[in-house]
Amino acid sequence: MARNKEAVVLLLDVGPSMHSVLPEVERVCSMLVQKKLIFGKSDEVGFVLFGTDDTYNELQKEVGGYEHIVVLRNIGVVDGNAVGFLQNLPRGNFPGDFIDAIVVGIDLLIKKFGPTNKGKQRICLITDAKYPIKEPYEGTKEDQVNTISQMMQTHGIRLDCIVIREKLPGADLRVMEENDSLLDQFSRKAIAKIVHVDSPTSLLGALKTRNISPVTVFRGDLELSSTMKIKVWVYKKTSEEKFPTLKKYSGKAHSSDKFATYEVKVDYEYKSMEDPDKVVPPEQRIRGYRYGPQVVPISSAEWEAVKFKPEKGVKLLGFTDASNILRHYYMKDVYIFIPEPGNQKAIVAVSAIARAMKDMNKSAILRCVWRQGQGNVVIGVLRPNISSVDNIPDSFYFNVLPFVEDVREFQFPSFRSFPSSWQPNEQQQEAADNLVKMLDLTPSEGEEVLQPDYTPNPVLEVSYCFTQTVSPTCYDKIRRFYHFLDLKSKQPDADVPPLDRNLRGITEPDPAVFSCHKSVIDNFHKNFELKEKPKKKKSSKRAWRGKPSASSEEEGVDGEASGFQSSNLMKDSSNINVEKIGNLNPVQDFEAMMARRDSSKWVSKAIKEMQNHVSDLLENSYEGDAYSKAIECLLALRKGCILEQ
Amino acid sequence: MDLDPEGLFRDDSDSESEFYQEKDFTKEFVVYLVDASPKMFGAAGSDEDEKTDTHFHVAINCISQSLKAQIIGSSYDEVAVCFFNTKEKKNLQDLNGVYVFNVTDRECLDRPTARLIKEFFYVEDTFMSNIGSRYGIVSGSQENSLYNALWVAQALLRKGSSKSVSKRILLFTNEDDPFGSITGATKTDMIRMTLQRAKDAQDLGISIELLPLSRPDEGFNVSIFYAELLGLEGDEISHFLPSAGEKLEDMTDQLRKRMFKKRKVKTIRFSIANGICIEVNTYALIRSTSPGSIMWLDSITNLPLKTERSFVCADTGALVEEPRIYFHPYKNEIIKFSTDELSKIKKVSNGQLHLLGFKPLDCLKDYHNLRPSTFIFPTDEEVVGSTRIFIALHRSMLRLQRFALAFYGSLYRPQLVALVAQDEITGSSGQVEPPGMHMIYLPYSDDIRHVEELHMSADAIAPRATDDQIKKASALLRRIDLKDFSVCQFTNPALQRHYGILQALALGEDEMPDIKDETLPDEEGLSRPGIVRALQEFKISVYGENYDQEEANAAAAKGCGSEASRKRKAMAETAARESASYDWADLAENGKLKDLTVVELKYYLTAHNLPVTGKKEALISRILTHLGK
Repeated sequence: MARNKEAVVLLLDVGPSMHSVLPEVERVCSMLVQKKLIFGKSDEVGFVLFGTDDTYNELQKEVGGYEHIVVLRNIGVVDGNAVGFLQNLPRGNFPGDFIDAIVVGIDLLIKKFGPTNKGKQRICLITDAKYPIKEPYEGTKEDQVNTISQMMQTHGIRLDCIVIREKLPGADLRVMEENDSLLDQFSRKAIAKIVHVDSPTSLLGALKTRNISPVTVFRGDLELSSTMKIKVWVYKKTSEEKFPTLKKYSGKAHSSDKFATYEVKVDYEYKSMEDPDKVVPPEQRIRGYRYGPQVVPISSAEWEAVKFKPEKGVKLLGFTDASNILRHYYMKDVYIFIPEPGNQKAIVAVSAIARAMKDMNKSAILRCVWRQGQGNVVIGVLRPNISSVDNIPDSFYFNVLPFVEDVREFQFPSFRSFPSSWQPNEQQQEAADNLVKMLDLTPSEGEEVLQPDYTPNPVLEVSYCFTQTVSPTCYDKIRRFYHFLDLKSKQPDADVPPLDRNLRGITEPDPAVFSCHKSVIDNFHKNFELKEKPKKKKSSKRAWRGKPSASSEEEGVDGEASGFQSSNLMKDSSNINVEKIGNLNPVQDFEAMMARRDSSKWVSKAIKEMQNHVSDLLENSYEGDAYSKAIECLLALRKGCILEQ
Repeated sequence: MDLDPEGLFRDDSDSESEFYQEKDFTKEFVVYLVDASPKMFGAAGSDEDEKTDTHFHVAINCISQSLKAQIIGSSYDEVAVCFFNTKEKKNLQDLNGVYVFNVTDRECLDRPTARLIKEFFYVEDTFMSNIGSRYGIVSGSQENSLYNALWVAQALLRKGSSKSVSKRILLFTNEDDPFGSITGATKTDMIRMTLQRAKDAQDLGISIELLPLSRPDEGFNVSIFYAELLGLEGDEISHFLPSAGEKLEDMTDQLRKRMFKKRKVKTIRFSIANGICIEVNTYALIRSTSPGSIMWLDSITNLPLKTERSFVCADTGALVEEPRIYFHPYKNEIIKFSTDELSKIKKVSNGQLHLLGFKPLDCLKDYHNLRPSTFIFPTDEEVVGSTRIFIALHRSMLRLQRFALAFYGSLYRPQLVALVAQDEITGSSGQVEPPGMHMIYLPYSDDIRHVEELHMSADAIAPRATDDQIKKASALLRRIDLKDFSVCQFTNPALQRHYGILQALALGEDEMPDIKDETLPDEEGLSRPGIVRALQEFKISVYGENYDQEEANAAAAKGCGSEASRKRKAMAETAARESASYDWADLAENGKLKDLTVVELKYYLTAHNLPVTGKKEALISRILTHLGK
């Protein structure tokens, strides 16, 4: 097989306990196939279901056993029909046996590729592993797993296993523990990765739907000093998956032209300013760099001769306390430094430093030039990544830090210097504390909702979706694209599908979490009031969805003169024609009214109301707290009167 | 107060480029007004014998730095530099004691140029002879240099409408009582006039800011005169920069920070729960600075070229209009998208920030990062009460060690973000970290790569360091410790060099500047015996005694072992041998190179370690260049 080609067998549990999540399973698998149609056209896929009512597989025919396993599609190059297979998976009524399914999957791969052709072969198992597996004919279950692992290893087959369990009471804990330990055994004995997820959204993120073969950014020495070096390979750890690049469409080609590309090419021409008809040939062009108002012309040869040319290499500048580097200074996507594969000494050296850094809570500062001829150096921070899996060595994460030129040191007022009306009082602070405590996305030990590692990009999902028929479920931006792509292939006039329920959990707060802490939120709501300033509004399009009841319900929480503020505040903000002087912004209201030219009565009304407002303020004032406000109003009144004279 | 157009109308223009550089909706015009009285030339430090720096020098330094920053940021802001209390005078109004500094080819208030930066940098050297210093306000004279200075500054700022341009006067002085030397009616009269002048300027939309310089032993008392000039009241006076720092560098730092004007990126709504929706401003505090875009010029005239784009149908070659339809091949078909559909797909959310919940800080891993963070700070401008809610949440999050997870539905890339509360940190040079929250853009599962698993081997347990090895490593860490490391202590050597070269070329200098690369490791420090010993011990502990020897052997073995390298070596040898049989100089001389085959040409190139790519002509020209013809 070609370098980047891979063969995947999906083993899907369709047994009774899986029925609730099957729509998501269907979707994530469709996504995998759809992406293959775009990015890996020659990849091969096969689908195997287990826990089905029927039985259809070659092993059963050959040796018997292996019941309730159906080979839905044998391994073959992906095509449009492959997506169709996954649309409506049959719901099975029998407990699935995942060990049997794995054997069937391996059998498919071996039969297809034989012992000689060791390409990238992968088995993806999606199950809840809730049912006990059958006792083998001979030996223990553990022995069986060992044999299978051995076979997988000799054939270079990887296993990705996703165990999906939503919190369901009444499951047989003992069985699940046994199954989990069997699966764990795979990860020790063969190249296997077991992921546990607890929500359908995480399922969407857990299965790697796109297969990217990473390339090293750098291979060479991590130089602690000129004498002490550690051999490392550097990869990207995170990298933004972009919206796929679309080509510009031209419908000019004749419909009978089979080889039409429908593409549009973009030509650039450089023309001189004085003579717009004259095209300047490329060799007569020269680069100009801006320097203030000047533009400095430099030829590329000149530039090459004088520009900054650092030597390739990764050098240590020193170690420092982790607290010296605040999290928000991380600049870019993240790199990972792994010790040179197979180099035991490098693995130990990295491990020693990583663990020492972890123990002492230190970070290392590095200066990196990844390639010879790179025009710039990178300064960054190295953080330890202690591996929790036995057969994965310790490594480092590397984050780029800013240079002086990259930082803007704006000064902001200290929160302490704000007036007391902007400061929360004790009661409000408590409400905020409760909110922060209760809206916890890590409900219990080891559990974490919306972990980035398992959260898919909703937009990509939906776009893939678009290409599919209007399935009620579609995903986030890039996902959205793929969905749409598929949808459109079937229905050219399809509309952009709405965001799917599960993906909505990413873009909007989870109603379940919020409703279960309703009292906390309501309390928070009650303790704080928000008021829209009507005058500042320019567009009424912007929805500020405050509930009017909120501001009128409570008052005087902060002991400030809020009594006169909380009435009359929720006026329609788009109403530019102010008709009376409110309490919140009397000066502005007054000015607005004075400025109204549709009728002369407004001016006199404004003056009258302002007079009343000022005397109201003075009368209702408590220990002179409204005096300054009254003076403001008085000043505005005076100014307005002078203008009107 | 100007309504910010950004927050309201920018949603639709949201794009990647905007993320990296906020658009300047408002240009800024600044007049630096520098006191040049003899007092400014007195020693600034308390130790007279040690420090020779003067306050004047500090001010010049700050302005110099800020001019450089401006030119690098390629901003369209305009500046003027103006001294007062000078012997000479140079200004349009011909007022005494005020000298407007300028260079050729530049208006008085204009964008900074290379020449301005250069000449200004050396202004101190010739200041006394060319401009001169003396007290402008002395008893018995009717001159009022401060008044004159404000008048000149105001006149300089006359151009540009106050709606689109923000105008500032930055006043550098170390005299807190400018009218101290005179008494009586003249004094009150002068004070009144000066204040009126300042007030007029402020009424015209010019803000006056004071950057006081003072010696540690005698503070700058702002309430004597300047509080009134600046219009400070009550509490504001006490909040006004209490004292200059202990050290002169701190003062420079402080001034530099205060010279920046804050520019927000946009105002967004932050929806918390059940319709509680506060308003926050976002600021780009950290963005990588790039050398700026290039322009294509005609190499003969050096005039800029106009770029024209045309769309050609690849099938028919016909010119078409800019297409509104895009496509993607899928299942051997062509799937078309209209631009509207594409923007609909991308629109997941309404540009707001939605709170999803809170997590402990340790859930935010080191690899959860994609782009520089964005700073958010509350504003009460449109939604009163925002600040209070923000402060309450900020405090709770700090106390409970949590960060907020939110969804930020920007059009460019809707994304999950972590909001990390940052408490205010102040140092000797003022605010180091502002209070607020940093928005950290989190990756999706699609963006995270599991590289570690790539080289996973079954059965082989990866070795881990022993306790002893970790102890040796700890000793090493303790040795090579950067105690006072701060994140941005390095200047970008590539950028410095870039602008150094540009400045030299812009001024027509032949000599290229030599820029020091601050990012290189401290070799001297690393060769201290203690560190060398710690390194050696660690090395022996993890690598064993004879590592270097083994490495050398391995390298030697590899040299003849690796298939590819052997082949490459063999090729180089053949090339060298073959190449020697030609008389290249002669061939080149007689123009016979073109008669050779590409293979033959490549012998020469390979033998001399030159690139062998390109067409035949390229190869020939490369050989000619190498031969020096």
